[in-house]
Amino acid sequence: MKTGIVVFPGTWSDRDCAHAVSEVLGQPARYVDHREDSLDDLELVILPGGFSYGDYLRCGAIARFAPVMEAVTDFANRGGLVLGICNGFQILQEARLLPGALLRNASCEFRCEWVYLRVEQSDSAFTVDCRPGQLLRMPISHGEGNFFADRETLEAIERNRQVVFRYCAPDGRMTEEANPNGSLRNIAGIANARGNVVGMMPHPERACETLLGGVDGLAVFRSAIHALSRVAV
Amino acid sequence: MFRAEVFVTLKPVVNDPAGLTIRGGLHTLGFDTVTEVRAGKYLMVTLDEADEGHARARVEEMARQLLANAVIEDYRIELQPIGDPVAAGERPV
Amino acid sequence: MAVALEQSLEAVALNRDEYRAIVRAIGRDPNDLELGMFGALWSEHCAYKTSKTLLRQLPTEGPHVLQGPGENAGAVDIGDGLAVVFKIESHNHPSAIEPYQGAATGVGGILRDVFAMGARPIAILDALRFGPLDSGHNRHLFQGVVAGIGGYGNCFGCPTVGGEVYFDPGYADNPVVNAMCVGLVAHDRLRRASADRAGDVVLLVGADTGRDGIHGATFASVEMDERSAERRPAVQVGNPFLEKLLCEACLRLNELDGVTAIQDLGAAGLTSAASELAHRGRRGIDVDVERVSRREQGMTPYDVMLSESQERMLVVVRPDAEAGARQVFQHFELHADRIGTVTASGRIRVRERGAVVADLPLKALVDGVPLRSPVAAFPDKQPTPVMPPVEEPEAILLDLIASPNLRSRRPIFRTYDHQVQDNTVFGPGFDAALLRVPGTNKGLALTTDGNPWYVALDPYEGTKAAVAEAARNIVCTGARPIAVTNCLNFGNPERPAVFGQLQESVRGLADACRALELPVVSGNVSLYNETSERNIPPTPVVGMVGLLDDLSGRCPAGFQEDGDLVFLLGETREELAGSEYLRLLGAPSEGRPPTVSLETERRLQAAMLDSIGKGVLRCAHDVSDGGLLIALAESALFGGRGLRCPGIIGPASREALYFGESQGRVIVSVAPRRVPELQKLMANHHIPLQAIGVVGGEDLQVGSDIRISLDTLRQAWETAF
Repeated sequence: MKTGIVVFPGTWSDRDCAHAVSEVLGQPARYVDHREDSLDDLELVILPGGFSYGDYLRCGAIARFAPVMEAVTDFANRGGLVLGICNGFQILQEARLLPGALLRNASCEFRCEWVYLRVEQSDSAFTVDCRPGQLLRMPISHGEGNFFADRETLEAIERNRQVVFRYCAPDGRMTEEANPNGSLRNIAGIANARGNVVGMMPHPERACETLLGGVDGLAVFRSAIHALSRVAV
Repeated sequence: MFRAEVFVTLKPVVNDPAGLTIRGGLHTLGFDTVTEVRAGKYLMVTLDEADEGHARARVEEMARQLLANAVIEDYRIELQPIGDPVAAGERPV
Repeated sequence: MAVALEQSLEAVALNRDEYRAIVRAIGRDPNDLELGMFGALWSEHCAYKTSKTLLRQLPTEGPHVLQGPGENAGAVDIGDGLAVVFKIESHNHPSAIEPYQGAATGVGGILRDVFAMGARPIAILDALRFGPLDSGHNRHLFQGVVAGIGGYGNCFGCPTVGGEVYFDPGYADNPVVNAMCVGLVAHDRLRRASADRAGDVVLLVGADTGRDGIHGATFASVEMDERSAERRPAVQVGNPFLEKLLCEACLRLNELDGVTAIQDLGAAGLTSAASELAHRGRRGIDVDVERVSRREQGMTPYDVMLSESQERMLVVVRPDAEAGARQVFQHFELHADRIGTVTASGRIRVRERGAVVADLPLKALVDGVPLRSPVAAFPDKQPTPVMPPVEEPEAILLDLIASPNLRSRRPIFRTYDHQVQDNTVFGPGFDAALLRVPGTNKGLALTTDGNPWYVALDPYEGTKAAVAEAARNIVCTGARPIAVTNCLNFGNPERPAVFGQLQESVRGLADACRALELPVVSGNVSLYNETSERNIPPTPVVGMVGLLDDLSGRCPAGFQEDGDLVFLLGETREELAGSEYLRLLGAPSEGRPPTVSLETERRLQAAMLDSIGKGVLRCAHDVSDGGLLIALAESALFGGRGLRCPGIIGPASREALYFGESQGRVIVSVAPRRVPELQKLMANHHIPLQAIGVVGGEDLQVGSDIRISLDTLRQAWETAF
């Protein structure tokens, strides 16, 4: 799985993603500078977490105009796998590769903690290894992860089964207490209609080693590996 | 020269936790008559443009492309001509 | 003396004797700019003129110390060719004025200190003290400071993994905000900020210079009064995004040949950075203020030289390396001005449009401040107040665990990213944080400690206890303490009682560090924490780093398995003064605080490391604030397992056994079959141990006195702030 990890000036999960992909999973990975304009050598592109340009105006607002985003858009349109994590999710929405927007957390506070996710569908490139209803435990770490879409968009997302992850209680129930940021319908991650682009607020790259508290994040990356091998067959 | 003031606000249907929190704070301080607070962003943009119509069009474009996110936000622009701040001895803020 | 001079001296917070010393050193009257530069560098904040003599007692050397005090931060060898770089610093005064930005720029400053050494910052810890939260103003300070720490660290991308928060009326209006940063660097890339080659080019990189915080260093060295609001410097606003770029650029620069030195611009801005760089290298420096990019118009040389604008670094390079350095800055879209050169003159010369506007000998400016030795006074010791015996231990335990000083800190630390960089093994909330050293199986244990009430009752014993507790916290994870940083937060040292506290506290720090063989490699002193004649309680904060050779040998703080046996190691004495228990009962703050036998502490810690190293312990938790029952309750909550204890007996009152805070104690759990080993190990180290109970069930149960469900306990513990 030839992986590119996009680095904007204020990205900080780039090294964590590289660690997960190349050290833990043993897959080839390289950093992609935000000024690059070709992703032709890659099979998976990750937009990692961070504060791409300080995010003073709006998370991801400036990043979407970086030269690399044109290449990411082309790459996605050609069916390449794109995973936006946290700030990467925000950037994918700003770039209109994914629907909706992420508002400030309902608590008005940054939240860094472990949460439970319920896998809603196993059609997306990043959940083919999971079964619907499976629970994954991963950390979140964001101040603006409150998923919003207008009614019409929301219905369309649900109808097309684009909701990939929802926040849930440890027993899988979707409760208000289990929702860490006020997201509509506990939405934690969504896919585009084709399923090759996924954005999620939780950090799978932080959940790849027992030493650091859990390995459920591996399911996301392993799914991508399997999705790619299917394409190859 | 023109100075544009851009007011970016969340669309009325979008939940505004910051506004709600501020409203709570105001109630605590005894401002009981406050029924709603909506928080937003204020940007002041100074442009070296000669024509008002052109200046307005440029700021509209800025707001559409970057300053506001049409999925969740509305914006309003106020524009006024100003003198050259340097010539007038005014310190840029 | 002329009125005008008096006023100038007041503006820079120097006295007449100091002015005379300046005139003697330079052979003439200084001009306004020169006086301003002296005022900044001879301020308490920069020159340590009141504390320097005392600090000489501290042990600063050790076989693994690569860099002791005097640089941007200290550095210690951790093997594998790596060094850990760390320092703690105060930002109390700025936080009192604008808590969010004060705390944020405090974090920014300490991060720069670490990456200036060439090290990548891997952790932030914060030691905070506030007045009680029932006051709106204290709450405003508390919320602002917490938000500021998170706002800066989260955006920058360095995890905030630990620290402590205490509340006491003594900190009302005068919060203590200390930030510690820890970084890692390869030995051969450890950089010292010393400009030792004449002819080198001096670059100013990062933010433009504005009229921020002029006289901030001076401001931090005088007490605050009603007039502070008027003469206060412009509040500095931090830009963590720019800081991140600066950090990445400095780390990249650090790989280049021909880069002589990197120095952070902190208190006293360009004056301090340029002077210290050149003076450390026994050279001189010429600065052209015209070349400094400004954020505002009409700035004078005085403004430029004394501005404390954030996110700026000085980089000194050989002339032939300038182009390479500029490529790095360009990559990160950073602006760099060539503002001067290193000279052989031993002087700092400031020019504006070709004219020399300041010309001072560096030795006098950096090292020449006359040291102060104020009068010290020591109050009489009061007996410990006697309170009625405990009637309802269960209710007291619930009140204690819900009290602001003991309840869970989760509502605070969950607003900090404590995981970024993917190395956090034990995050905030435990005895010490534990981080993986990337690329190795080693761990670094990190903590800050400083119980303010013990120090208030007895600065010597209290400071010893802070060192001992920090070391114990580290040892509980399985790591071996290796070095110390410290921040001494005190009131106005011109008051004899305050200077007495400082003197005793430093003596305690020195004795404890010597006994535990812990070098002090960096530190900071913050004096004049006084508002309207009210001084903060004496607040030494000890930051400590420990090394765990193999992370698989780490020891958690929570109960792990039902059926494990729980023991108390160490001795409980009749020590209640300074306890959270007595504060809960409203007793006056008097008496002799728990004392630390450094010899016993050494043996206890050796015994712990021995036991953890042999894999005997399943969990270990320091007994500290709140006493034994609080420690047991915490281990139960951490592990989500109850405890059945038939009763706690000992040669002390029930109050002291349950809630006393005797030092040198740890609770541990062991699998039943390893008990004989534990007993033997403790006997070898002459450490008393007492069986407490068995892990299991849904309750915390102590004899017939206490039976509380974990749910009830957790609810009380998780009381919101």
